[in-house]
Amino acid sequence: MGSLILLVLVVIAIGWMIAAYNGLISLKNQTLNAFKQIDVQLKRRHDLIPNLVNAVRGAMDFEKSTLEAVIQARNQAVKITAGGPENIKQISQAENQLSGALSRLLVTIERYPDLKATSNVAQLQEELTSTENRIAFARQLYNDTGTQYNTKQQQFPTSLVAGLAKAQPAELWELEDQAERAVPQVDLSRPLPPSPTPGRIEGGRG
Amino acid sequence: MSDEATLNLFQQQESNRRRTVWLVIGFVLFFAWLGLGGDLILHLYTADAPPESYHHGFPWIGLVLGTIALGTAWYAYKTGPEKVLWSTGAWELITPQDDKQRQLVNVVEEMAIAAGIPRPRIYVVADPDPNAFATGTDPNHAHIAVTQGLLDLCSREELQGVIGHELGHVKNYDVRLMTTLAAMVGAVLLIHSGISRMLRGGVRISGGGGGGGGGGGKGGKKMGQLALILLVVWVITWILAPIITQLLAVAVSRKREYLADAMGAQFTRNPLALASALQKIEGAAEPTKSIQRGAAHLCIADPLGRRLNNREGAFANLFGTHPPMAMRIARLKGMGYAQLKKEGGVVA
Repeated sequence: MGSLILLVLVVIAIGWMIAAYNGLISLKNQTLNAFKQIDVQLKRRHDLIPNLVNAVRGAMDFEKSTLEAVIQARNQAVKITAGGPENIKQISQAENQLSGALSRLLVTIERYPDLKATSNVAQLQEELTSTENRIAFARQLYNDTGTQYNTKQQQFPTSLVAGLAKAQPAELWELEDQAERAVPQVDLSRPLPPSPTPGRIEGGRG
Repeated sequence: MSDEATLNLFQQQESNRRRTVWLVIGFVLFFAWLGLGGDLILHLYTADAPPESYHHGFPWIGLVLGTIALGTAWYAYKTGPEKVLWSTGAWELITPQDDKQRQLVNVVEEMAIAAGIPRPRIYVVADPDPNAFATGTDPNHAHIAVTQGLLDLCSREELQGVIGHELGHVKNYDVRLMTTLAAMVGAVLLIHSGISRMLRGGVRISGGGGGGGGGGGKGGKKMGQLALILLVVWVITWILAPIITQLLAVAVSRKREYLADAMGAQFTRNPLALASALQKIEGAAEPTKSIQRGAAHLCIADPLGRRLNNREGAFANLFGTHPPMAMRIARLKGMGYAQLKKEGGVVA
């Protein structure tokens, strides 16, 4: 009788271990997958930027610095992303810089109604807005999944099988700029050219 | 996403899968009862007829109706999404033609990323009233439809909120349950009206024959009473069938809308945009004519514009397909202000 109870307990324990292990592995794969999604969207952005820059270059001759900042940030980001997902800190830094440069460019474009009237630019702008959103949402998903994964592997009793599943805490994507997700807003009262770096949009989204 | 929220999601998915199975079983059993009950009544009725006249022994009505029900359930499950889309006259958006359509495709793509599911297929319903619905069997086979009115009325962020809400329905398998239900409500109404017509003809014939075959011993009288009671119950079930299925449609959908609102807010991190979209949808009080009664519970806002849905309380909870819009908007605004406070923004 006693050995029977022992047997049942052992079976339950093994069953739990299998379930916890599989849960961790599944979360790990989801996290990896979410990271890949960011990668896909970043590439999309890198491919889109040259088109946008070419479309607006002619009309924005005297705002060269804004354009150049975008191009530079983009090339830097492409170089670092090519290095692989290990250096996530540097990637996120470079991409944040690119995001900043891009949002400044978008604000600038808003100040040229003629340019916006060209449907090509309007279309590119929509694509770019969408890409920015996709990146933001992909990061959001990655951070959500990663947090869940990290919590799971640290929590008792799942932490007991964390080593077995080779679970390492996932590094989260840092959001340096809370306001970066905001759709750039135009302040028409502002005088036109001389302001190479328009001030940060106060208040953020909301 | 907190741990609690994910737990909720898995529970919700599981319960939706289970409920779909029960729905199908209930549907088949219901028809089997209708059929077998009819058999039993006929059997009792003909039991003490003279030996040379007809005796109902083999339960063929039950078998036929059971088979029809099984077939219908299978068909409804398999083709439900198609049927729902077909009934609204939606057309699939494959290559966007104008800016608004391009925006819709982009927004759906974005929200699919946020929800972590494959991009569903996109449809547009040519209706000036703003509304939206999702259908499908699981996140890999999902369809999302918006009306032209919604596209015209909503800003980009509001559209995001609405799509987020619909993808919430997709992600927690609401679509499977609700689509199967919609297809079955349609099937019940169809079968019901068809068979009632057949039955009305049949009663006339058997009524004529029954008068001649009546009369029997004590046992026969008892049998006759049992048959009568059964007959009454059976007829009542028949009459109630469409109402019962409608009630079912209602029972599954009210709480779900709150949950989908919350999920939409979680995907977009922008509950106020969904709140303002709901306000716009509510403001355009026109009923959505393209969407029929059978698919009403799938929509983000009641397409029939029924006043009942704007009430709280036990009665409205029982019969309304959608929670009151004011409550939904208030909850979303609450989430929005909590978020703003956390980020240190100013509540405008």
